[in-house]
Amino acid sequence: MSPIVEVDAVCKRFGAVNVLEGVSFQVRAGSVVAIIGRSGSGKSTALRCINGLETIDSGRIRVCEQELTSPRLDLNRLHRDVGIVFQSYNLFPHLTAEENVMLAPRLVLKLAGGEQRDLAARVLSQVGLADKAKAYPSQLSGGQQQRVAIARSLAMKPSLMLFDEITSALDPELTGEVLKVIEGLARDGMSMILVTHEMAFARKVADHLIFMHRGKVWEEGPAAVLDAPQTDELRQFLGNGL
Amino acid sequence: MISLTPEQLLFLLRGFGWTIALSLLAFAGGGALGFVLALARVYAARPVRTVVMLYIKLIQGTPLLILLFLTYFGLPALGLVVEPLPAAALGLSVYVSAYLGEIWRGCLEAVPRTQEEAAACLALNWRQRLIHVILPQAMKIATPPTVGFMVQIVKNTSLASAIGFVEMVRAGQMINNATFRPFIVFVLIAGLYFALCYPLSVWSRRLEGKFDVAHR
Amino acid sequence: MRYDLDFAAPLTYWPGLMAGAATTFGLSVSATVLGFGLGVFCAIARTGRSVAAARAVGVYVEAIRNTPLLVQIFIVYFGLASVGIKFGAFTAAIVALVINVGAYTAEIVRAGIESVPRSQLEAAQCLALSRWQVLRHVVLPPAIERVWPALTSQYVLLMLASSITSQISTEELTAVANRIQSDTFRSVETYLIVAAAYLALSLVMRLLFWAVGSMAFPRRRRLGTPL
Repeated sequence: MSPIVEVDAVCKRFGAVNVLEGVSFQVRAGSVVAIIGRSGSGKSTALRCINGLETIDSGRIRVCEQELTSPRLDLNRLHRDVGIVFQSYNLFPHLTAEENVMLAPRLVLKLAGGEQRDLAARVLSQVGLADKAKAYPSQLSGGQQQRVAIARSLAMKPSLMLFDEITSALDPELTGEVLKVIEGLARDGMSMILVTHEMAFARKVADHLIFMHRGKVWEEGPAAVLDAPQTDELRQFLGNGL
Repeated sequence: MISLTPEQLLFLLRGFGWTIALSLLAFAGGGALGFVLALARVYAARPVRTVVMLYIKLIQGTPLLILLFLTYFGLPALGLVVEPLPAAALGLSVYVSAYLGEIWRGCLEAVPRTQEEAAACLALNWRQRLIHVILPQAMKIATPPTVGFMVQIVKNTSLASAIGFVEMVRAGQMINNATFRPFIVFVLIAGLYFALCYPLSVWSRRLEGKFDVAHR
Repeated sequence: MRYDLDFAAPLTYWPGLMAGAATTFGLSVSATVLGFGLGVFCAIARTGRSVAAARAVGVYVEAIRNTPLLVQIFIVYFGLASVGIKFGAFTAAIVALVINVGAYTAEIVRAGIESVPRSQLEAAQCLALSRWQVLRHVVLPPAIERVWPALTSQYVLLMLASSITSQISTEELTAVANRIQSDTFRSVETYLIVAAAYLALSLVMRLLFWAVGSMAFPRRRRLGTPL
């Protein structure tokens, strides 16, 4: 089976700065890939290129059987196939948790009222927040808001989920509940790419780790790569990070 | 020009001159009273503060046209003979005093408390604190909204036409009665108002931007 | 010299005053609804992709905000009539008021739209919502909720400004007052009564806006906190 994500020699510049320099990697369907690295290493940018939030200057990206550089790219279909959860949750503050989850299924998938509510109930239970359906984001804790954000993306039944440092904005005691949800998704076979600082979690959940440094893929491999770093940069990062 | 005789154009420009004059009168009168009201709202005893607040709310809740009619028709009832100009100037001044009073109160209160405290700790008395520390800073804060409100004053002078004062709109009505070319006359008048107000609006916005930068 | 105020005389005209108040109210509510629609449309154009549309709205807003309402009313009623477009006084009043308040609404709603963070737009795009769906469901509702107090103030001001339409003989409250005072010679009393009427109408309008706001913004109604 062809990989669900193929990134090939991707370069991207922001003004005079080379944010991505020749980044290449692949993600197999059903696997969990964690991208780790310092701030400014380009890992979030790489993630945002995969769902089309950022454009690339050269190279190829193939996601869910669509070429992102093709003029015939169906961005709308890409957004239906790929879900993303952001560091700052980005819930819609004027809608309840349930309404946040039901919005896209209602407008894009054109589900009927009853179906919307069933779907919302299901994904909210999946993230452990069935009882908070009628709450507004301002009434929820950071961890709860992030779980609603995950449910909101899941409701669109994506083939691939992207997570952009989703625990970085949370108080430490709230990260556990979010990471448990991710573990559940991994067990269910969801293809995922996580950009994360949580080393222990990455080691536990990821099938494949990618260490990025200064816009390049520096090292990659299974979790064991963290025990035997080949390069100084990764050694330094692990020494400071953990 | 466009089918208006030179005499008519001059008449219009004289009206324009009176528009400016009335605006300045209203600003002076309303500003003076507004300044007192603002100080009263911030520093006076509670009963005075309440009365001033009620005055402001009352004036702001009354249409300017009604205020002008009250002044123009009301003053003769007290036995005074009034011409349109003083009636308009008085009515507009009362109107302006309520709005400037509110704006300037906000600016006085926007000066940080710590400034007041520091000045007091330097043994300055109330008058000295006000004049040397609070007012200079309050005036800087007040400049953008005050310039912005001047645009409102200029536009509001147009209502003086309703009590017979020959400012620009009244002049326009009189020319229109002679020429029956209302479209050209009133569009021209609109243009003259725009020429006066737009630079003030732009200046006010620029001041606001500068002020933000200065306080960053 | 007249020291005695006689409120009874003008008050005998209370049916006329009620009719005038109803006209003022009708004018204001109609102009508010139509002006709101125009203003939202213009605010969307101002913050949209078409530079030409944004610039056109900018010119419209500046032209309205820097010229007096009275002159705008005269242009609509007298000016347009002289080039063939004739309105009745009431219609002309509404047209002029709508054009006027539309510009102020556009500015207020524009500020509301610009206060919605980009991250909200990104999240909505990534859920595969179309540009129009993002505007309608994610941008406009919180934008309008946030500027609702400013809009309320603007429309109360509109109601007070409707008094100016008396200058083209629209039979609203101020015009009725002028007639009564010329009949009774009790000018001070008449205008004081009418001023009180305007104050009462302001209160009614504020209540109406509060009620509409509660219905339109369930979050505000349930939580009571600003967005």
